[in-house]
Amino acid sequence: MEGHRLCAGCAEPIIARQVLMATEKPVVVSNATGCFEVSSSIYPFTSWNVPWIHSAFENAASTISGVEAAYLALKRRGKVTEDIRFVSFGGDGATYDIGFQALSGAIERGHRFLYVCLNNEAYMNTGIQRSGATSKGAQTTTCPAGTCIPGKKEFPKDLTKIIIAHDLPYAAQASPHNYKDLIEKAAKGFEANGPAFLNVISPCPRGWRHDSSKTIDMAKLAVETCIWPLYEFEKGTWRLTGESLRIAEGSKPKLPVSEWLKSQGRFSHLAKEKWSFIAEEIQQNVDRKWEELLKLCKL
Amino acid sequence: MERVAMNGDQAIALAWKQINPDVVAAYPITPQTIIVEAFSEYVADGLVDTEYVCAESEHSAMSMCIGASAAGARTATATASAGLAFMWEMLYIASGMRLPIIMAVANRALSGPINIHCDHSDAMGARDSGWIQIFGENVQEAYDNAIMAFRIAEHMDIRLPTMTCLDGFIITHSLERFEPILDDEVKKFVGEFRYKRSLLDVKNPTTFGPFDWTDYYFEHKYQQVDAMRHVIPIVKQVQEEYAKISGRKYDIIEPYRMEDADYAVIAMGSTAGTLKEIVDELRSEGKKVGSIKLRLFRPFPSKELADILEGLKGVGVMDRAISMGATGPLFPEVRSALYERKERPNVKNYIYGLGGRDIRPEEIKHVYKQLIYDEGETVNFLGVRI
Ligand SMILES: Cc1ncc(C[n+]2csc(CCOP(=O)(O)OP(=O)(O)O)c2C)c(N)n1
Ligand code: SF4
Repeated sequence: MEGHRLCAGCAEPIIARQVLMATEKPVVVSNATGCFEVSSSIYPFTSWNVPWIHSAFENAASTISGVEAAYLALKRRGKVTEDIRFVSFGGDGATYDIGFQALSGAIERGHRFLYVCLNNEAYMNTGIQRSGATSKGAQTTTCPAGTCIPGKKEFPKDLTKIIIAHDLPYAAQASPHNYKDLIEKAAKGFEANGPAFLNVISPCPRGWRHDSSKTIDMAKLAVETCIWPLYEFEKGTWRLTGESLRIAEGSKPKLPVSEWLKSQGRFSHLAKEKWSFIAEEIQQNVDRKWEELLKLCKL
Repeated sequence: MERVAMNGDQAIALAWKQINPDVVAAYPITPQTIIVEAFSEYVADGLVDTEYVCAESEHSAMSMCIGASAAGARTATATASAGLAFMWEMLYIASGMRLPIIMAVANRALSGPINIHCDHSDAMGARDSGWIQIFGENVQEAYDNAIMAFRIAEHMDIRLPTMTCLDGFIITHSLERFEPILDDEVKKFVGEFRYKRSLLDVKNPTTFGPFDWTDYYFEHKYQQVDAMRHVIPIVKQVQEEYAKISGRKYDIIEPYRMEDADYAVIAMGSTAGTLKEIVDELRSEGKKVGSIKLRLFRPFPSKELADILEGLKGVGVMDRAISMGATGPLFPEVRSALYERKERPNVKNYIYGLGGRDIRPEEIKHVYKQLIYDEGETVNFLGVRI
């Protein structure tokens, strides 16, 4: 992938490159509508040197299901001989919200593909609107911080866990700052011999209001504060990885959520005395979910 | 081949069995469901080796067809009513990508109120989506159209998705005797699937479905317009070739007893069959009437239709759908086709059969009577309690 027109400091192309590095096999990519698609396929140019299809916002998973179905049929009929891998990229809007049904259906049917959610916690392509992945307390253009309502009222939905409830061969959360961890997870996803899901935190300087040079720092901070734990679910077993494992083992401190909140403009209003309870609620939620995860990982 | 008795849905599943497409993805909806049920039995019994995917919705079924077709697979699906409406966004993408997907549409009314019976509102809602639309009159045509559609859609000068429409329940669920053609003949007729670019050609990677700015979108749409222009001669050619193996000669428009007719009524689908009976009856009374069955609705054969209608005294256009706030959708097409002709007949619109309301012979006779005596309004409603 090269020659794209995403913003400087956008994590999405970094993640995509890391994922595609994880396999030596030929890959076919499907892509949901969103920043990643509109910036990598502006006709008559393309950033893709692998087969790539974009059909709509909500259906990267069903589109690739069709491609995989064609692959099975044509392989059976001797018309295709290569061993091909299939991967879909979708933003959090395309994955948590509008495309959730298509993703769930594709996983339930057992198509062999890796789904990668580029999770920047909002609809960025349409100008920073809330999604089911947006943090509580974050301001977006559809959940602005006003005098009565301080940004998004709800906690994000825990999509990775919902996907794991499908009992698929492989699912994980990853972050681009720990590229070794991410690439290993993508490699497992590609070879999972069934549906695999990778939810990757994808800092967006535009929407999160941080300096473009800080993208990788943001991704790291998300992990260090346990806002975004690194873990995987492989054939029924939950496992913490990377910094998250070290935090659990005590060899690395668990940073307070306040570090995370003060690093980005989208949370700036939470610094007001009036809204300080929200930071506390977020911390409590992070702690509760972290404890749950430790139990699932038998730690 | 010997005649068999099947309903329209089963006949389409039989056609697909003979064709053995690479991929079929579908979702059940009355009155289409029998197609996917019957086809899944063929799959279960190993009579086809199609990759058959039960989608979790019509939206995904069409999305899968798009992925599969772009990957170089011969692809088919079927739907009706709400299912077609749920595919709406993807219909445009299938045609915009020039993917020759085949879809059987078992015409059914749209909600609300919810109603499972036949009208053409679903297909009419899709008329601008860039799909070729062919309407069949009976089970035989449902079967024959299902086969010819592959040849039409996949023609290298066309490459457009194609719907074959059959009236819900009236054709989908009525048992009729019809004559299929032999498996080998079907296989030979449809041939191997060819494509220009495929997603699975990993050595020549292709970008499908890019983002177009104002600088190219219009040109790409024009290419679709241009492809539509090739459809009529190719449909005629495919129909001729099909006649050679089946003995059944179809045309895009089929006039009935029109040689010296002064008045004609036009319909699509099963009603076209009823019209013929009434024409015979009125002819025996000495009335100079005929009827016209329109098989191809998109692209609309304006010139061919006007050639038949020019010089008539009156034409009735039967619409089994309505464009709310306007007229039936077929009516303006017919009137506009005649606009540049010297001798333009009176053209009246008859909206009928919404939500599966039967169309009775007396009502059709009434239409001819109104044409002959120049009675009624421009737009008329048949069989509704007003
Ligand atoms: C059916 C439909 N509804 C709405 C849109 C408008 N739309 C395009 S991209 C987008 C948001 C994308 O957000 P996300 O999936 O999070 O990806 P991001 O751009 O943040 O990477 C929306 C709402 C659309 N293209 N299709
Ligand atoms: S708006 Fe955000 S997600 Fe979109 S390209 Fe820019 S940095 Fe990336």
